[in-house]
Amino acid sequence: MKALPDDFLGRIAFIIEKYGENLLKGAGTTLIIALVGTIIGCLIGFVVGVIQATPINKSDNIFKRIFLRIINIILTVYVEVFRGTPMMVQAMFIFYGSAILFNIHMDMWVAAYFIVSINTGAYMAETVRGGILSISEGQTEGAKAIGMTHVQTMVYVIIPQAIRNIMPQIGNNLIINIKDTCVLSCIGVVELFFVSKTVSGAYYTVFETYTITMVMYLCMTVFFSKLLRIIESKLNGPKDYSLSTTDTLAYTSGMLKYPKKEVV
Amino acid sequence: MQEKMIEIKHLRKSYGNNEVLKDINFSVKKGDVTCIIGSSGSGKSTLLRCINLLETPFEGEILYKNQNVLEMKNISSYRAKVGMVFQNFNLFENMNVLKNCTIGLTKVLKEDKEQAKKESLYYLEKVGMLPYINARPRQLSGGQKQRVAIARALAMKPDVLLFDEPTSALDPQMVGEVLNVIKNLAKEGFTMIIVTHEMAFARDVSNHVVYMNNGIICEEGTPDEIFKNPKKEETKNFLERFINI
Repeated sequence: MKALPDDFLGRIAFIIEKYGENLLKGAGTTLIIALVGTIIGCLIGFVVGVIQATPINKSDNIFKRIFLRIINIILTVYVEVFRGTPMMVQAMFIFYGSAILFNIHMDMWVAAYFIVSINTGAYMAETVRGGILSISEGQTEGAKAIGMTHVQTMVYVIIPQAIRNIMPQIGNNLIINIKDTCVLSCIGVVELFFVSKTVSGAYYTVFETYTITMVMYLCMTVFFSKLLRIIESKLNGPKDYSLSTTDTLAYTSGMLKYPKKEVV
Repeated sequence: MQEKMIEIKHLRKSYGNNEVLKDINFSVKKGDVTCIIGSSGSGKSTLLRCINLLETPFEGEILYKNQNVLEMKNISSYRAKVGMVFQNFNLFENMNVLKNCTIGLTKVLKEDKEQAKKESLYYLEKVGMLPYINARPRQLSGGQKQRVAIARALAMKPDVLLFDEPTSALDPQMVGEVLNVIKNLAKEGFTMIIVTHEMAFARDVSNHVVYMNNGIICEEGTPDEIFKNPKKEETKNFLERFINI
């Protein structure tokens, strides 16, 4: 067995050589939980946010109004509870509580995805609601005026623009999730922090191990924040446009040909 | 007798205890171009928005082809038949010019894509916006946006077109380009209700002028009756400010 080197960098190299694979696996677990959790969380957030942003009209029939109000109360409780308590406490509560109270022995992985998703969902719900409110009322009226229903208006006009507006916040959530999955180590999920704890204990190389861990976390978060920036600028659509014309000579100057007109 | 397109009976609307519309009665026949004039705050826009049910009236009836729209179950399909052009254009910012026009045809009228495109191009040409089909609303000037908004409304082939101060957000040069488009529509016999502050335009384009003041219809008649010899004192006072038309 190789002895532990004396210098700091040597020890880091030693740890990477010996435990590099484990650490990478841990990082992979962290990423998967964070990504899946963020995606499912966003979906939950969209559903909740859209429902909460639905206006309740006095002209709607009474059952629809009561139904919407009840749903809204449930959703508000959900958002407040999950935003208002620490994820670590929720993890313990849900994972152990479900086993003791309901005798449901939740798979650790299921619990991990569930906790991260539902947490992100609670935050995203408010973000989505804000995103919807940020789109000018006028566009909703424009859509209604050509006969679109509320659902069509949301799907084709408001949500595509809301998504663009809340992209920075989605990125924020992803990065928070990459970091915060470390609390899942408390229910035994072997992610990057869990692995680091084990590795640092093996040779009492706390500082060295966590230096590597820090760098790994940082690489993941920087990579994703850059990636999201690129997606964001893609969503902005083209900055320029080309004029269309039927003049064939103008095509060479970059003008587009528009489809053949026919009399309607 | 000409078919009555829209008939409004005893319409009332208030915001809190501020009564904006007090017992409005008027009707629009097929092919009529009605201009609603009056000072700001007289309830013109609210009246127009009530016709499209963007505002819910308090009391009264709005009859569309003798059907009370306030009792209609399917408001969306009624709105599809009543086009509206707004002061602030209200184009969909996430779509290009062509998509702005086709979206209503494909999603509301359920036309197939090719047909929707063909029709949209026809109406975009009518308003002179054909070269700009690939542009996004934010890349257009105000007058161009408004012309696209008109094409979007026209593409739905509405029975009535409502214009809510279509030129109020535009500079004088652009006002001209938008008004010309509307004038051409009038010549083609579209039924239109136009809220406007452009008196010369109202005089030239309409065959029916409604002067509103403080939530009531103060005077109505042909352009000649209203502009050349208004009967009521309020109308005279209002029109004096536009002496140069």
